[in-house]
Amino acid sequence: MTMNTVKFEKLPDRLPPVNTVGWVAWIKQNLFGSVSNTIITLLFFYLIFLYIPPFLEWAVFNANISGNDRTICDENRSGACWTFVKVRIEQLLFGLYFAKNPDQMWRPIMAFIIFAGLLTPLAIDRTPYKKWLLLILLVAYPIFFISTVGGGVFGIPKSDASEWGGLLLTFALAFVGIVLALPLGILLALGRRSKMPVVRSFSIIYIEFWRGTPLITILFMASVMLPLFFPSGVEFDKVVRAMIGITLFQSAYTAEAVRGGLQAIDKGQTEASMALGMGYWQQTIFIILPQALRISIPSIVNTFIALFKDTSLVSIIGLLDLLKIAQNSSRSLDWNGYDIEAYMFAGLVFWIFCFGMSIYSQKLERKLDTDRNVE
Amino acid sequence: MTKSDSIIKISKLNKWYGKFHALKDIDLSVGRTEKIVICGPSGSGKSTLIRCINRLEVHQEGSIQVDGIELTDDIKQITEIRSDVGMVFQHFNLFPHLTVLENCSLAPIWVRKKSKVEAEEMAMQLLEKVRIPDQADKYPGQLSGGQQQRVAIARALCMQPRIMLFDEPTSALDPEMIKEVLETMIELADSGMTMIVVTHEMGFANRVADRIIFMDEGQIVEQNDPESFFKNPESDRTKLFLSQILDH
Repeated sequence: MTMNTVKFEKLPDRLPPVNTVGWVAWIKQNLFGSVSNTIITLLFFYLIFLYIPPFLEWAVFNANISGNDRTICDENRSGACWTFVKVRIEQLLFGLYFAKNPDQMWRPIMAFIIFAGLLTPLAIDRTPYKKWLLLILLVAYPIFFISTVGGGVFGIPKSDASEWGGLLLTFALAFVGIVLALPLGILLALGRRSKMPVVRSFSIIYIEFWRGTPLITILFMASVMLPLFFPSGVEFDKVVRAMIGITLFQSAYTAEAVRGGLQAIDKGQTEASMALGMGYWQQTIFIILPQALRISIPSIVNTFIALFKDTSLVSIIGLLDLLKIAQNSSRSLDWNGYDIEAYMFAGLVFWIFCFGMSIYSQKLERKLDTDRNVE
Repeated sequence: MTKSDSIIKISKLNKWYGKFHALKDIDLSVGRTEKIVICGPSGSGKSTLIRCINRLEVHQEGSIQVDGIELTDDIKQITEIRSDVGMVFQHFNLFPHLTVLENCSLAPIWVRKKSKVEAEEMAMQLLEKVRIPDQADKYPGQLSGGQQQRVAIARALCMQPRIMLFDEPTSALDPEMIKEVLETMIELADSGMTMIVVTHEMGFANRVADRIIFMDEGQIVEQNDPESFFKNPESDRTKLFLSQILDH
C-alpha cells in the first residue's frame, strides 16, 4: 500500500448564527413560533390585561391602611382593607396569648428571628460548619423555642401552649412535624425494604395505616383517644397531642417519598460497597441514603409543603392556627365582612413559607447534582 | 496445574437461582499470585462463579475457602473475606456522590479503620499508579469510562486485597478506552497480585493468564495454559466458542 496519508486538520469552532441567539430570537421561537403558539400567547396576555389591573387597583392603589378601626374601610369599599390586618397583626402572627400580653411579644419575635438567623446561613453555599448549624437548628433550637415561647423557666411567665396561635402555632406544628417525620420516615422506608420479615411487616402496616387515614381523623383520635392510652396522671397538652398526630401521619408520607429514592439506586452501588466489606449501616449511611435522599428531595419537600398547609386542620380540635385566627378575626364584630382580606393575608403567609421551601429544595438539588458539578 | 499453595479452594460448588441450576459441581483451586482468566458465552455462569467468591451470590452446596476462611453465613467471616478480596465491576459502580479520592478512601477509613490522612495518602499513591492523580477531586460523572474503571481498580486496591476479581471490566467501555484499562490490569498482574478475570479480551488472556478456564452451562468445560488452550482446545464446545470469538 503506497497511499499518502492525509493530515487531519481540525476546523475552527464558530459561534452559532446570530438569528438563533438573544432575546428577540427567543421570543420568536418560544412565544410566536407557530400559529397555535401565537394564539395561546395572545390569549394569555389578554387574560393578564383583563384581571391584573383591577386586582392591583383593589389590593394596592385604592387600598386602605391608615386608621385603627373600620370607619375608613367602610367609607372606601373600592379598595382592600389592610387596616384590619394591621390592627390584628399580633393576633394573626402570635395568637391570643401574646396579643393580650404585648410586653411578652419579644418572645415569639425572638424565636422567629433566631430561626431566620439559623436558616439563612444554611441556604448560603459558602457557610462553614454547616453540619453544626444544622445540628443547632434541629436540637438546640426546639429547646430554645419551648423555653422562650412556652416560658415557665428563667423567670419567663408561662404561656399555655393551647393559647398559642396564628403563624406561631402553624410554624411550631409544621417544624415539629418535619423535623421528627424525616428521621422516622427514613427508618420506616429502610424497614419496608428490610430482609427481616418482622421489621418489614411492621413498616408496611405502619405506613399503610397512617397513610390511609385522613389527617382530620388522626387529629380527632390524638385529641380524644390518646389520653386513654396513658395512665390518668399523664396529661398531654392539646398542642402536643396534635404534634404527635401530625408526626405519625407525616412520617408515613415521608417514608414513601424516601422509598421512592431508595428504589432508584442501582443495585451496583450496594454490591460495590458490599465488595469493599462495608456493613449494612455503613452502606446505608455513606452510600445509599445520600443518593436516595437527593433523588427524593422533590417528593420529600412536596410532602413537607402539603404538611405545612395541612396544619390548618388543627382548627377542628379547637386550636387557633393562622387560618382559623384570620377567619375568626374577620367574623368578629369589629371587622365583620372583611373575610377576603383575612384569607388573602393568611394565603400570602402560607405561600411565602411554602415557596421558600420550594426554592431551597431546588437549590439543594442543583448543589447535590454531582453529574453537573463541573467547575 | 493447581499449585500446592492455593489461596482459593472451591469444591463441589452448586448454585441455583430459584429452580435454575446456575453452577454445577465446580471444583477450582487458585494458587497464590496465579492469574486466571474465565471465558465463556453469556449465561455460562462465569460471573456468578466469581461473585460467589466474595458472597455477592450465595451458594447452596459445596464449599468455598478463601485464604483458609470458609464462607458461611457468619457475617464476620464474610466481611473479613470481602475486605481481602477486591472486585472490579463491568459498570464500574463508583459512588457518584463522592469525589474520586473519597471513593478510594471511604472503605479504608470505615472498614480498615485507618486514619483519614493515612487513607488519603494511600489513595493518592494508588491513583498515581493508575495514572489519574490529577482527577482526585473530581466526581465520577466528570470522568471518561476508562478513567472511571481505573478509579474503580484503585478503589479496590486501597483495601490492600490479596485477591482481585474482575467481572468483565472492559465490556462497557468504548474501544479507545479498553487499552488503558487493560494496561493497568497488566501492570497489576506483573506486580504479583492473584487475579481472577472474567473477560473476552483474548489478547489479554494470552499475555497475562497462567490458566484459562472455559465455562458453559454452569460447568467448567476445559482449563489449560494459554498456549495449549488456544492451539489445542480439547473440547468441541471450546473449539466452537473460540472460532466464534476469534474469527471476526
